Amino acid sequence: MAEYTRPHSLMPTPTGYCPGCLHPLATKLVAEAIEELGQNDNALNVISVGCSALNFFSWRGDMIGAAHGRAPAVATGIKRSQPDRLVFTYQGDGDLAAIGFAEIMSAANRGENFTVVFANNQTYGMTGGQMAPTTLIGQKTTTTRYGRDPKTTGYPLKMCELISTLEAPVFVARYALNSPKGVLDARKGIKKAFRMQLEGKGFTFIELLTNCPTNWGLAPLDTLEYMNTNTIPYFKPGVYKDVEAAK
Amino acid sequence: MEKKFIKGCEAIAEAAVRGGCRFFAGYPITPQNEIPEYLSWRLPEVGGAFVQGESEVASVNMVYGAASTGTRAMTSSSGPGISLKAEGISYLAAAQLPALIVNISRGGPGLGSIQPAQSDYLQATKALGHGGFHAMVFAPATLQEAVDLTYNAFEYAERDRGPVMILMDGCLGAIMEEVELPPMKEVTKEGTSSWNLSREGCPNRPPRCVTPILPELALENLNRMKGNLYKKWQEEDVKVEHFMLDDAEFVVVAYGIAARVAKEAVIELRAKGVKIGMIRPITIYPFPRKSLSELDYNKVKAIIDIEMTIPAQMRDDIELPVQGRCPVYEYGRSGGVLLDDDGVYQAIEKIVKECD
Repeated sequence: MAEYTRPHSLMPTPTGYCPGCLHPLATKLVAEAIEELGQNDNALNVISVGCSALNFFSWRGDMIGAAHGRAPAVATGIKRSQPDRLVFTYQGDGDLAAIGFAEIMSAANRGENFTVVFANNQTYGMTGGQMAPTTLIGQKTTTTRYGRDPKTTGYPLKMCELISTLEAPVFVARYALNSPKGVLDARKGIKKAFRMQLEGKGFTFIELLTNCPTNWGLAPLDTLEYMNTNTIPYFKPGVYKDVEAAK
Repeated sequence: MEKKFIKGCEAIAEAAVRGGCRFFAGYPITPQNEIPEYLSWRLPEVGGAFVQGESEVASVNMVYGAASTGTRAMTSSSGPGISLKAEGISYLAAAQLPALIVNISRGGPGLGSIQPAQSDYLQATKALGHGGFHAMVFAPATLQEAVDLTYNAFEYAERDRGPVMILMDGCLGAIMEEVELPPMKEVTKEGTSSWNLSREGCPNRPPRCVTPILPELALENLNRMKGNLYKKWQEEDVKVEHFMLDDAEFVVVAYGIAARVAKEAVIELRAKGVKIGMIRPITIYPFPRKSLSELDYNKVKAIIDIEMTIPAQMRDDIELPVQGRCPVYEYGRSGGVLLDDDGVYQAIEKIVKECD
């Protein structure tokens, strides 16, 4: 019989996320991967700005808060100084794909040997639901009241697709957390990315499609269905680059 | 001691390495490119890391990350780049991370000019970033002084857990002088072991959090602590040179390159019988207030602020301790136009004649 326990890296306290949010699930998957790889004391969490900053309250382990979008730069400084640590950033879509676009693309292009966990919920959750670089066409936000119009705001950025065009990254994958299969795949993917980092292979990027019941204005269960019909067709889950599979 | 004929920027870079610097991230900008160029090959020689960042913003945040591990880390830039680094410098102050920031300054504002100027005094001393904090700012006037101040900068940064700045204009950055290079310091992380995120100590120490965000009362406490620290700097850490000040009726105040030029004028005027001296701030923050407040204003007829910028930026800091007890004059050149011996001499001579 399987025994389910709280991974070491999570404090026995409420996470602070809204009811129905998939962020705490994403955080738990990261914590489980760390535990399974025996890295509880070696992991270093680079926390970004946005809802992901709630990690400050629920994470147990060395951590550092980065300025908005700068987590990959901060992680670069850490990893170059402490190459043996398991370093990862945990970033949302506004942080990673808008204000931190230069930092993520450049760290990926340099092949920095750390892991980026990217939670994509298509909105700025913490600041109240403004349009994110990943907001879907037609999706209503507090700054696109009639739905995102590509004529004035362009199109949602596909980060896995962009990053997988670079030479240096070694593992780039996207998973959707709205189904048990997606969760199990994500779990494996995160663990693989961390293992590859520990083996010194290079830059690894995990995108997790998540939801935002509060700012999407949907009941939690409805957000999962919304993801099936809207999010997943645009942000297709899958492994976009894997140097191990290419062999 | 090892003697070397060396360029200003390279002297600072080598002094930083000898002072224990093991991480540099920076972005190309004139007139400081010799610092990253030098460190790109020098740091790997001593087991350190060099990263050419994608931007000034990214570079200072890389320094923030490296500093959090207890590694002595630095970045360098010039005016426009320092503006971009303001974010990261403020975060260093908030998260209490030691780091060295070097500004080899040029003409401003805006993209300004790439020629030397002392245009960043106000930025360096009053607001290196948002949020109301200060850093110690050292302003060397010779390359030997630049070497000595850089060599010891990390001790101040680690003692006070915050960023420290070396502010030197592009002229000093580009000239060559003979300097004595101090020996290589032993680098350990012991000075930072009570808070750093290095692997050493895990798992025997509890997990640590380096954070630039705090609950309001904790943040107020941090601000109070910093306020007290700045008062202590004013009492204990001011560095200043007094030159021919004892019987002076005219007092020049100048730092860095301007002080070098002004000193020549002071010597010439002394030779002509003018009772003139000079106060040269070496720390521009903390500013040597006492040097000015304790002058004998029964004797002093005028203070002359000489800077390679227009308008003079140090003037408020001078007038505060002078308290209106004598007039304060200013003379400068700016925009990348250099101060020259004749110009400074004539400007001072004119003020002396007006006051006599």
